[in-house]
Amino acid sequence: MDVRLTAEQRQLRDAAARLASDLGPGSVLDLDDRHRIARLEKAVEATGWRNLRSDGASGVEVALVVEEFGRGLVDVPFLGPVLADDLRRQVGSTVPAATIAVGSSARDAHGMRHALTLDGDRVLSTEVGPRAPGADLTRHNAALRDASEPIGTLPPELAERWRVLALVATCADLVGTARGAHTLARDHAKIREQYGRTIGSYQAVAHLLAEGLALIEGSVSVLRHAAWAVDELTPAEALRAARIAKLYCARAARTVCETAVQVHGGIGNTWECLAHVHLRRALVSTELFPVRLEEIDCGLS
Amino acid sequence: MDFRDSPEEAAFRDRLRDWLAERAGTFPTSGDEYWARQGEWHRALHAAGFFGLSWPERYGGHELPPVYDVILDEELARAGTPPRPSLGYLVQGLGRHGGEELCRRFLPGMIDGTERWCQGFSEPGAGSDLASLTTTATRDGDAYVVQGHKIWTSYSDVADWCLLLARTDPDVPRHKGISAFVVSMHQPGIEQRPLKMMSGVTKEFGQVLFDGARVPADQMVGAPGEGWALAMTVVGHEREPATLGFSARYGKLVRQLAARTKGSAPPPELAWAAVEAEMLRLHVRRRLSEQLDGVSHGPEGSLDKLLMTWAEQAVGHAALAVGGTEDPELLNAYLYSRAQSVMGGTSQIQKNIIASRILGLGD
Ligand SMILES: Cc1cc2nc3c(=O)[nH]c(=O)nc-3n(C[C@H](O)[C@H](O)[C@H](O)COP(=O)(O)OP(=O)(O)OC[C@H]3O[C@@H](n4cnc5c(N)ncnc54)[C@H](O)[C@@H]3O)c2cc1C
Repeated sequence: MDVRLTAEQRQLRDAAARLASDLGPGSVLDLDDRHRIARLEKAVEATGWRNLRSDGASGVEVALVVEEFGRGLVDVPFLGPVLADDLRRQVGSTVPAATIAVGSSARDAHGMRHALTLDGDRVLSTEVGPRAPGADLTRHNAALRDASEPIGTLPPELAERWRVLALVATCADLVGTARGAHTLARDHAKIREQYGRTIGSYQAVAHLLAEGLALIEGSVSVLRHAAWAVDELTPAEALRAARIAKLYCARAARTVCETAVQVHGGIGNTWECLAHVHLRRALVSTELFPVRLEEIDCGLS
Repeated sequence: MDFRDSPEEAAFRDRLRDWLAERAGTFPTSGDEYWARQGEWHRALHAAGFFGLSWPERYGGHELPPVYDVILDEELARAGTPPRPSLGYLVQGLGRHGGEELCRRFLPGMIDGTERWCQGFSEPGAGSDLASLTTTATRDGDAYVVQGHKIWTSYSDVADWCLLLARTDPDVPRHKGISAFVVSMHQPGIEQRPLKMMSGVTKEFGQVLFDGARVPADQMVGAPGEGWALAMTVVGHEREPATLGFSARYGKLVRQLAARTKGSAPPPELAWAAVEAEMLRLHVRRRLSEQLDGVSHGPEGSLDKLLMTWAEQAVGHAALAVGGTEDPELLNAYLYSRAQSVMGGTSQIQKNIIASRILGLGD
């Protein structure tokens, strides 16, 4: 057993982290900067990472990039396209500019033209319509046009694996956005002073942040296992790993983001603070392919 | 001990119920629309004799025991109207520290809702550490001139008056150099900058910049240097769920959420929120009954504030569990619940107060 990342995986993670830090939004105001978004879009497209699965990447590698993009609040589509790519490659389709759809809307749909869904074992493609409302300020929803077109079917086992990959990708996004929120709060705690000292020097604040880091570390561990399981375990085993990861990462991310709001005090409750942008992204990733506690097999059944 | 209504209380409840039955659904209860018409709601409640229940008659109140506020809150929640406007802490601050003349001049308009108020305490550099505030009021003839920057000032955009804390003496220890004033918001030298909450609501609070605003010297509340004592009175009351009337609101949201989950098992978060909301309802009844003995309010308010915060945030999590992010009203209820552990003194500060002043731990 050796669950460390390989040298290539670390390189991939570092490259994704750099891209997200350089071109992701550094402030709420940046969310409206169309030039930045255009540069980010170009850079992400140039990496080819939206086609990671077609290029033979493992679930671990997909998760690493998704996590770093979540951390940096990357606000051009990635999670949607990388999942769509996995469907497309398996049915041998070439529909361009594709993301995924869940329910009646396309997700992560900014600039996308098609949205794929897995309905049982059938892959359907639908044209993407106008932008639809959503709580996430970094990933847009869009309406779907009426007719959806079947583009192929997957053997049941592969359909199941795709569902696991989708769950894992949302877990990775949760871990990433939690890490981003945590860093934001830690940085604020180091500079904000009250009563003549930095607020981070008060145990009440320091302990909140220490707990947040522990939650993140726990999340990374369950995420890594689930990401590895996508390709390495049976679909049933992989699904179990992904459900555990989803529940843990979702709860941890919400707590960490709420802590980030709290550590910022009044500012944390304003639109202008990035804390709620992380929180919103975390809530939306939680709901994307949700898992309920009741679905966890505790080893008793 | 009796948790039931007395005959007088029951009669009051019936009258109130009849009045509310005619008004159900006519006032918005959330978002910017709610804030925009909140003053109108306040005046309607007062005109019908249902506001200022426990306050002195000479200022427009009804001098009823504080438990009547509980009845009011419960019935408002039951009828689905907006909640009771929360300004009890300002009434207490002015009433306890202002002279008779100031009270006669300002309390009636505050209580009947014809004049609206905001609380100018916090500053960008002085939040938890309020005593470090740097806004100054400098004597100039028979007036003071105000210079400084207030932030997080709730309802500042619609306020006629501001209960302001400013430093009047820079040469004494910092708690002793602060005085309180009633400042008109309608004058040059005051600039408003709205703030947007993370829910997107813009009418909740703002920034207020004072640059040469004037306040007549006789609008100082209490003596020079009494500002800190007034601030403690105000935040003490701001920490009481009973003063704020929030408790019934949580119960109402729990019932709304339960109605939406009919037919399927309620999520565990909702069940827990129901427990928290009921705890707070009973806690408020106990606290208000204790006031009949004239219990004065000290650090216990910090316990109340924590209990209220936990209840509101449990309800927030329940809203999220039921509605997810796709129901904007429930998402906002969740997002707004996060502010409860910050406004009126953060949860960390409440715990510091409980630890040092009630438990005798540390300094
Ligand atoms: C919705 C809302 C409405 C408000 N309305 C008003 C209003 O009408 N008028 C008004 O004057 N103010 C108002 N406030 C301001 C509120 O009182 C302050 O936000 C609050 O006191 C915290 O101050 P701060 O925002 O500067 O945070 P900070 O004081 O900077 O706190 C940041 C973090 O540090 C922690 N911290 C600070 N000091 C300590 C310590 N010694 N020990 C442990 N932890 C510490 C805090 O708990 C918090 O987590 C409102 C705030 C909100 C959110």
